[in-house]
Amino acid sequence: MEWFDTWGLSLIVFLPLVGALLVVLLPREQEESHKWISLITTGIVLILSVVAAANFDFGAAKSFQYEVNESWISAIGANYHVGVDGISLPLLVLSGFVTLLSVIYSWNHWEEPRNPKAFLALMLVLLTGMNGTFVALDLVLFFIFFELVLLPMYFMIGIWGDKSERVLPVFGKTVSVRLYAAIKFFLFTLFGSAFMLLGFLALYLNSADTVAGRTFDIPALIARAPELTMLPVAGWIFAGLFLGFAVKVPMFPFHTWLPDAHTAAPTVGSVLLAAILLKLGSYGFIRIAIPILPEQAKQWAPVIAVLAVIGIIYGALACLAQTDMKRLIAFSSVGHMGFVMLGIATLTDVGINAAIIGMVAHGVITGLLFFLAGSMSHRYHTRDMDRLGGNQKLMPMLGGILAFTAMASLGLPGLAGFWGEFMALLGSYSPLDGLSLGLFRTAMVIGAVGTVLTAGYLLWMLQKVNLGEPKAEWDDQKFHDADKFELAAWVPLIVTIIAIGVYPKIVFGATTEAVEALVKTAFGG
Amino acid sequence: MGYDIDYLAIAPEITVAVAAMVVLSLDLVLPRRQKYWTAIAAVLGVGFAAFPLITLAISDSGAASMFNGSYVVDDFALVLKGLFVAAGYLVLLMSVQYIESDRYYQGEYYFLVLMSILGSMVMASSRDLIVLFIGLELVSGPLFLLAGWRKGDARSNEASLKYFLLGVLSAAIMLYGMSLLYGATGEVTFDGIRAASAGMTGEPLFILAVLFVVIGFAFKVSAVPFHFWAPDTYEGAPTPITAYLSVSSKAAGFVGLLIITYRALPEASAVWGPAIWIMAVLSMTVANLTALRQQNIVRLLAYSSVAQAGFMLVPFAVAGVSNDVDALGSAFTATITYLIIYAFMNLGAFAIVIAGARRTRTGDIDGWAGFGRRSPVLGFLAAVFFFSLAGIPPLAGWYAKFVMFSSAIGGGSVWTGLLAAIAAVNAVIAFYYYARVVKTIWMDEAPDAAGVEYEPVAGSLRLALVLAAAVVFIAGFFPDVINFFSETTRLLASG
Repeated sequence: MEWFDTWGLSLIVFLPLVGALLVVLLPREQEESHKWISLITTGIVLILSVVAAANFDFGAAKSFQYEVNESWISAIGANYHVGVDGISLPLLVLSGFVTLLSVIYSWNHWEEPRNPKAFLALMLVLLTGMNGTFVALDLVLFFIFFELVLLPMYFMIGIWGDKSERVLPVFGKTVSVRLYAAIKFFLFTLFGSAFMLLGFLALYLNSADTVAGRTFDIPALIARAPELTMLPVAGWIFAGLFLGFAVKVPMFPFHTWLPDAHTAAPTVGSVLLAAILLKLGSYGFIRIAIPILPEQAKQWAPVIAVLAVIGIIYGALACLAQTDMKRLIAFSSVGHMGFVMLGIATLTDVGINAAIIGMVAHGVITGLLFFLAGSMSHRYHTRDMDRLGGNQKLMPMLGGILAFTAMASLGLPGLAGFWGEFMALLGSYSPLDGLSLGLFRTAMVIGAVGTVLTAGYLLWMLQKVNLGEPKAEWDDQKFHDADKFELAAWVPLIVTIIAIGVYPKIVFGATTEAVEALVKTAFGG
Repeated sequence: MGYDIDYLAIAPEITVAVAAMVVLSLDLVLPRRQKYWTAIAAVLGVGFAAFPLITLAISDSGAASMFNGSYVVDDFALVLKGLFVAAGYLVLLMSVQYIESDRYYQGEYYFLVLMSILGSMVMASSRDLIVLFIGLELVSGPLFLLAGWRKGDARSNEASLKYFLLGVLSAAIMLYGMSLLYGATGEVTFDGIRAASAGMTGEPLFILAVLFVVIGFAFKVSAVPFHFWAPDTYEGAPTPITAYLSVSSKAAGFVGLLIITYRALPEASAVWGPAIWIMAVLSMTVANLTALRQQNIVRLLAYSSVAQAGFMLVPFAVAGVSNDVDALGSAFTATITYLIIYAFMNLGAFAIVIAGARRTRTGDIDGWAGFGRRSPVLGFLAAVFFFSLAGIPPLAGWYAKFVMFSSAIGGGSVWTGLLAAIAAVNAVIAFYYYARVVKTIWMDEAPDAAGVEYEPVAGSLRLALVLAAAVVFIAGFFPDVINFFSETTRLLASG
């Protein structure tokens, strides 16, 4: 397996790009070939990720493995430096996993204007961006991959998204839902990442006195954290990084792009957006912002915690105000990512572990919810919960899976969603020394209220959609319950939700040691 | 030294000049139906100029200095000449089909373009005020005529007249500044001015001279508030000439500005630094906000090119306040890198406009709806060039923005930090109008497409598109390719 140590990660990152190129080169009529190429490519990528996990030395989960470090842009000392540790490994596997399932789901689910060739090519480019972000150990490389995911998602939303129109609340202008959502998504992220880039550059320029000593290398910068965090401009740098990552997560009050984008995106777009893309932001906090600038992380932790808690409550309340099922699920992401950020804000082992398992759990659970919402609106041609109802009777299997997933999402013990919420609250009971106990314990209490509200809106949704009698308008319609492609995409997710719920060590086994080392290096003790 | 002429060193210029003469003579003897040979001669001529350039670049003969140091062929000159030749080559390829369909004055057209390219090459080698000015006028003179090439079109006439009047005004201002500079320092060579200007930074006459020269170049690079000619001229001129104006002519202006500021007047950085800071901020902000409201794609690209000039001015503003040698060097190379990448992506965008206008028959952005569905390859390339202009990785534009931000952050003062933040916000604003074009092409519903006849895209235009796209991709993935060229120019800045 020596070749795998050097080529494994690069294959995981760039194989999808090769697949995309093949898809683009084949003529548009050969739909079957496009599908098979995409399936095989994402399949190989997932297998390689699993191989990487299987050969991963969990005893040394805190150090980067399968590392490659080659010169890339010599003029600025940027390297092609990739590697995985216990923190990025679960996310890397997650992104390959969800993308493969998305290809399977797509097999016979094409939203207008179809064009599987373009859609699959975009999905593969997206996979390169996501995997690349999780393995990049160089700030420039990270930036490139972080931005690379924008273009495919922009086109997915803009071309295959919701065809309806709506009136903007404040401006009173009628806009096409998909176009508005697509550009809003892009502009928000770009705004954040422009300042994130300025932060990266400032880190680089302050990393050494001489040009030769300067570096974009993440491990090298972490090693220089004690000096970097003492810089007079360090507060500004952290602000730049914060803006970039917080928009991506998204944290309140930068979240307004999310409901629009998630609701307007085609099903697979929503799934990938929720399951993976949001994690790029929280991952950035854990990988870059906190270890390189620990002092600033301490100063900002209360701000992050407060915004996280606002996000939890606001997300839940917003959910209760929705009539659109997909928009409800979208807002639920604001709340769930609030728990993730609350965990990160505690700056403790427990909190950051909670954040990572929360990220993985949210990825599989909300991914599945968006699959279900997509399949339902495909059948009912509406997402209006006032018109839905009695889904359980019309489509027992689909309804059952929806009920199961909603339970997982509200954090039922024994399912994946439980650990992230529970441990985030646990972490905020005893945050890092020096952080305000009062503030974090208040956050814990409010967060706990948030879990109740979360349960509330999910049960409310279930009641509206699943229970009761079907509305009269569906009387003459025949509904197909979940088909084999849908099940092929969903069953693996259900299994994962249960597996992580029952045996969270699947994730913790990789993360614990890496997180401990991270916290110890950053904050001592 | 002395007046000995190193013919090998100026072989690229000679090649282009000979090509221009060949074009002119061919035009005399060829019957009207065979005038297309002038196009072939022009394309080949500029292509041939690449050979002596490459020979010079790989030989270790060092810098060749002629006419008492007024004309120098060093790495800086070679890299910029390479850029001018490459950009000129692409513009010629873009012109062939466009000019052929108009069927008049083909020979003269190519002759004038070649002379303008020759002028920009002279500028890259100029090391005194006189040669610089002659070079600059050789660039602009033919363009006054070329802008009005579509004689039947009132807007083309307006384009030409506006460009001429403002061009002459700017030349006058610059020349006045140069004469004051000569008066103040008693020198015409840049090295001489540099040496003589050390103790003069407080003198009003000297300050006035510096400002006039900088303003003269600000017209050429169309920086706000000296940009008013650009949108009208761009819209009215034949599109290949617009492409040339926005790339080669602008680059020539930047070359002049680079030489003047870094080579001749580094001592006066306290004068030009703040002036350029203001122009950079205004160019980015005003042009981006105006571009948001444009309906015509060429006018949009006109404001885009003003805004891009603003981004390119950012490193100058940093150099103006920074005394650090590293920061100065990286600011200098940042502009060169930006210039090279900008040239290819902007030419690509204009090539798309030319190809698209033949198919959509409109310059109105809304008229491009559904274009991507009908011509997927052109639609894809449009997305490539416009998103590259917006600076989205992995397309080359990201690296241009990256080095620009890098130099701004490297300035290390509050003013440069503020400039970086303003540039960052502007990069986001700019994205909106670039994305709007791509959105229209790919996401808007096509009007009834039935009955639209597609004009084929000529092979020459295709070649231009492919070459530009190749550079945008390669430079985006491997920016070292561009660095290789821009880093060698660093010497000029350090003297």
